[in-house]
Amino acid sequence: MDRNNRGKVGKDNVELDNNKNGDVCWWLLHKGLASFFLCISMFGLLVRWTVSLHSYSGAGNPPKFGDYEAQRHWMEITVNLPAQDWYINSTKNDLSYWGLDYPPLTAYQSYIHGLFLRFFDPESVTLFTSRGYESYTGKLLMRFTVLSSDLLIFFPSVLYFIHAYYDVHSRGRKADVAWHILLILINPCLVLIDHGHFQYNCISLGLALAAVAAILSQRDLLACVLFCLSLNHKQMSTYFAPAFFSHLLGKCLRRKHPLLEISKLGLVVLGTFAMVWWPYLHSRDAALQVLSRLAPFERGIYEDYVANFWCTSSVLIKWKRLFPTQSLRLFSMVATILACLPSMIQQILAPSSKGFLYGLLNSSLSFYLFSFQVHEKSILLPLLPATLLAMEWPRPFKLLTHYALFSMFPLVCRDNLILPYIALYALCIFLYHPPGGRWDGAKRHHSTPLTLVSVLLTLAYLGSLVLHIVYLTVRPPERYPFLFEALIMLLSFSHFVLFAFHTNTKQWMLSGHLIGSDKGKKQH
Amino acid sequence: MASRQSMLQNHPEICRHLLWFFGVAACVKLLLIPSYHSTDFEVHRHWLALTRSLPLSQWYSDETSPWTLDYPPFFAYFEYFLSFFARLVDPQIVDVHQGLNYEADTVVYFQRISVIVSDLCLVYGIYRLTRKLEAKKRVAMWILVIWSPALVIVDHMHFQYNGFLLGLLMLSISYLQDGRDVMGGFLFAVLLCFKHLFAVAGPVYFVYLLRHYCRGGLLKGLGRLAAMGTVVVAVFAAAFGPFFYHGQIQQVISRMFPFGRGLCHAYWAPNFWVFYIILDKGLAFLLKKFGIDIPTPAASFTGGLVGDSSPFAVLPQVTPLSTLIMVLLALSPCLVKIWKNPHPGSVARWISYAYTCGFLFGWHVHEKASLHFVIPLAIVAVQSLEDAQHYFLLSIATCYSLFPLLYEAQEYPIKVVLLLLHSMLMWFGFSAKFSKVKPPTISDNKKTRKKGSSSSSSRSGEEGEFVIGWGGKCYIIGIVIVETWGQLLHPYFLGDKLPFAPLLLISIYCGVEVVYSWVWQLKRIMAD
Repeated sequence: MDRNNRGKVGKDNVELDNNKNGDVCWWLLHKGLASFFLCISMFGLLVRWTVSLHSYSGAGNPPKFGDYEAQRHWMEITVNLPAQDWYINSTKNDLSYWGLDYPPLTAYQSYIHGLFLRFFDPESVTLFTSRGYESYTGKLLMRFTVLSSDLLIFFPSVLYFIHAYYDVHSRGRKADVAWHILLILINPCLVLIDHGHFQYNCISLGLALAAVAAILSQRDLLACVLFCLSLNHKQMSTYFAPAFFSHLLGKCLRRKHPLLEISKLGLVVLGTFAMVWWPYLHSRDAALQVLSRLAPFERGIYEDYVANFWCTSSVLIKWKRLFPTQSLRLFSMVATILACLPSMIQQILAPSSKGFLYGLLNSSLSFYLFSFQVHEKSILLPLLPATLLAMEWPRPFKLLTHYALFSMFPLVCRDNLILPYIALYALCIFLYHPPGGRWDGAKRHHSTPLTLVSVLLTLAYLGSLVLHIVYLTVRPPERYPFLFEALIMLLSFSHFVLFAFHTNTKQWMLSGHLIGSDKGKKQH
Repeated sequence: MASRQSMLQNHPEICRHLLWFFGVAACVKLLLIPSYHSTDFEVHRHWLALTRSLPLSQWYSDETSPWTLDYPPFFAYFEYFLSFFARLVDPQIVDVHQGLNYEADTVVYFQRISVIVSDLCLVYGIYRLTRKLEAKKRVAMWILVIWSPALVIVDHMHFQYNGFLLGLLMLSISYLQDGRDVMGGFLFAVLLCFKHLFAVAGPVYFVYLLRHYCRGGLLKGLGRLAAMGTVVVAVFAAAFGPFFYHGQIQQVISRMFPFGRGLCHAYWAPNFWVFYIILDKGLAFLLKKFGIDIPTPAASFTGGLVGDSSPFAVLPQVTPLSTLIMVLLALSPCLVKIWKNPHPGSVARWISYAYTCGFLFGWHVHEKASLHFVIPLAIVAVQSLEDAQHYFLLSIATCYSLFPLLYEAQEYPIKVVLLLLHSMLMWFGFSAKFSKVKPPTISDNKKTRKKGSSSSSSRSGEEGEFVIGWGGKCYIIGIVIVETWGQLLHPYFLGDKLPFAPLLLISIYCGVEVVYSWVWQLKRIMAD
């Protein structure tokens, strides 16, 4: 009852605000949340499908092709073999050729999509003969599976999140809500990787987002289920695990019967895992076989040029030569835990919604920076909580998006996706600066003081823009063939580290302010 | 009061906002670069090569490719101008022989981006038209024109330069509205020398300029007539002069007016002739039922009507001259109206009406030509509630009639989402513009307000609320039915039989709305 009232008061304020400013986008907002969410998601669909017209990872590039072929191959395997054989090397399932190395939920998703493909284009998923299958219809169908997953999982999650978030912080203006939806839905990195490069991050990220929304709306059990599903779709979701763990632990500790609460959550987690892993639970070996597929420790601490600590510092310290993989694994684990410890402690001591969002950002950033076997695409994970917090710090957020895109630029070039990269980048600049909005560049300009930091940041920004062009046009010197990749990595890494410091301090500042005024805030 | 306020608004701000709208659209258009393009793409590529590699005297006589130059000279000069950059990008683009059916990335990127950049002309036209309007009207019009799905489908997927040409038309209209008649007439003459299909509005321009510009006594009027005549003649001389000099004028004219083509295009545009053909088929069928023997026409029903043979069994043959007469007849009430009261406020309405007539009764009309009246009608649509309601349906129907242009599966989601997005934006834009009170405060109030406004029958433009009547709702539901029939039910029930039927159905269904719109516009003009 109380909550409803509060919501309405918020709404009235929103209307007043809307009339006051001469916002150019007023026409979009006057009909209410549902209609502008619909409108923005239509636009999101348009952008996604137009991006999907372009090339994908490994197009026309035998014998290994790329992620597109990997996903198609998984559909081929799951559709043609029984579930028990999916993760086992056999004559029918050659694990060295894009063997399934994601958790079972991905396998089930591949199975469903495989059935869809088999219905419309049987040739694209026949065992053995369909390897490297590429055709107009095949591409369309594959693209459609990503689009539909996005539409079915990510879009509703965004709506759920917006509902939960703006119920908690009901002081937002309508324009802010619309802007926030836009930011989350049209995240250039996510669109580029899912609909250009070809992956299903929208599913795991969508589930994680729904879990976040569930936490914000105090449905902890549901959050556990959703997050476990996310984990079971892509093990990369572990990046968020410390935040979920610490926040829920902190919350439980403050309740009447902490042990009971914790065991309830534990049971739900175990139950969800058991359901997802059911086909592999009949014996220890089967389950261990699947587990061993999920953790590719033999692949070395880093690949290519990722803007994380290990890869960047390898310019000076040759980690791979100095230490065996075994000890590197230990190093990276210790470093990651140390990096996310501060934010975890903060959440255990003073769990709060906003602190939780910061915790997600901090833990995923520390995983990106310090964990084992990180890929360029993993920047998507820190980027998700960053978009959720975008309203708190619009300027740093824009910069983060810029460097996230920038760090993926070499990958994008390899995939032949430069045009969508440029178009999405430009689109973001436009969308991040809606005319007449609060973030209108022209209105804010004179309010920012000229400090050394801002000058340095501007210089680095300009440098990164120039580096885009240099990377495309100039041939690197013979002695350092990967000079430009290294530069891109260095520039991105330095910014990510800065962000990690910035957001960690922000989270802790939040706690000092929060412990005092947590109760006061609730009455607002 | 509102107008005074808008006068105070600073123009750089409007410009910045408009460019934002354009920028967002341009990003989507960039993403559309690899999408399907029709043979028009090769047509324009060949024109680039032709104008760059051949001397001017051979432009209109070259036959290296079936896609001969059939636009007026200014368009050829435009291609000549573009070919300068094309050669810098990739010399093969402008090679008459080597470049035939050239499909490399360079040529696709170059041509697509040239369309996007040339859209700036439309942006400038819209800027001139909207700079003095109040904010709500201005933004509504930007949504209608800058984000027009029809333009995206025709220009940026199918491939043409309509945005640029319509920009000239909009500029011309904006000058006429400002009372600067010479400039308006000059720009229209220029437009005609770019694409002569725009000539349908010629009579409107003629009568309007004659009555509005050439007035103030006999002597002054004649003087002004002479001045205007000089301007127009100068434009045409600049366009056709060089060809006249080379003795090519006959060739140019014969290329520009290929009456050897049939009454209808391969895919029938949703106009009057669709109903004429259907009536003919129906009558022939009935007569046969009654045992009267009639010769079956040579042209087949499903194969379209390209070619010269008479396709009619019962009704009289239609000639280019008869279509011309019909267009003029349809135009005449409007011309009389202009003669009586030539005021600049209605220019956009009259010009749109002229293009509607041309579309409805013209010879060999392309479905793309619906852009010629839908885009200028946007100027009118923001003026009053009735116009907005009329535009809403018309815009949806004409955009839907463009669907068959993109027949490949890959573009299907794009055209559907574009149309949905456009309808939604129109709906939001119009209902924000035309609402009784300022935006609804609490959603519960909505129902009661709706009742109130419908009882007080909104006749006073600004005051009413934007609602779609039951007729409109039924029509929109009908579009969904027609589309599901064409996409799902027809292939399911009939298989490969009658492949032309779904397209025909779309033509007829959209034709109904175009005919309705024509009647509505005529009534509106007569009532003014």
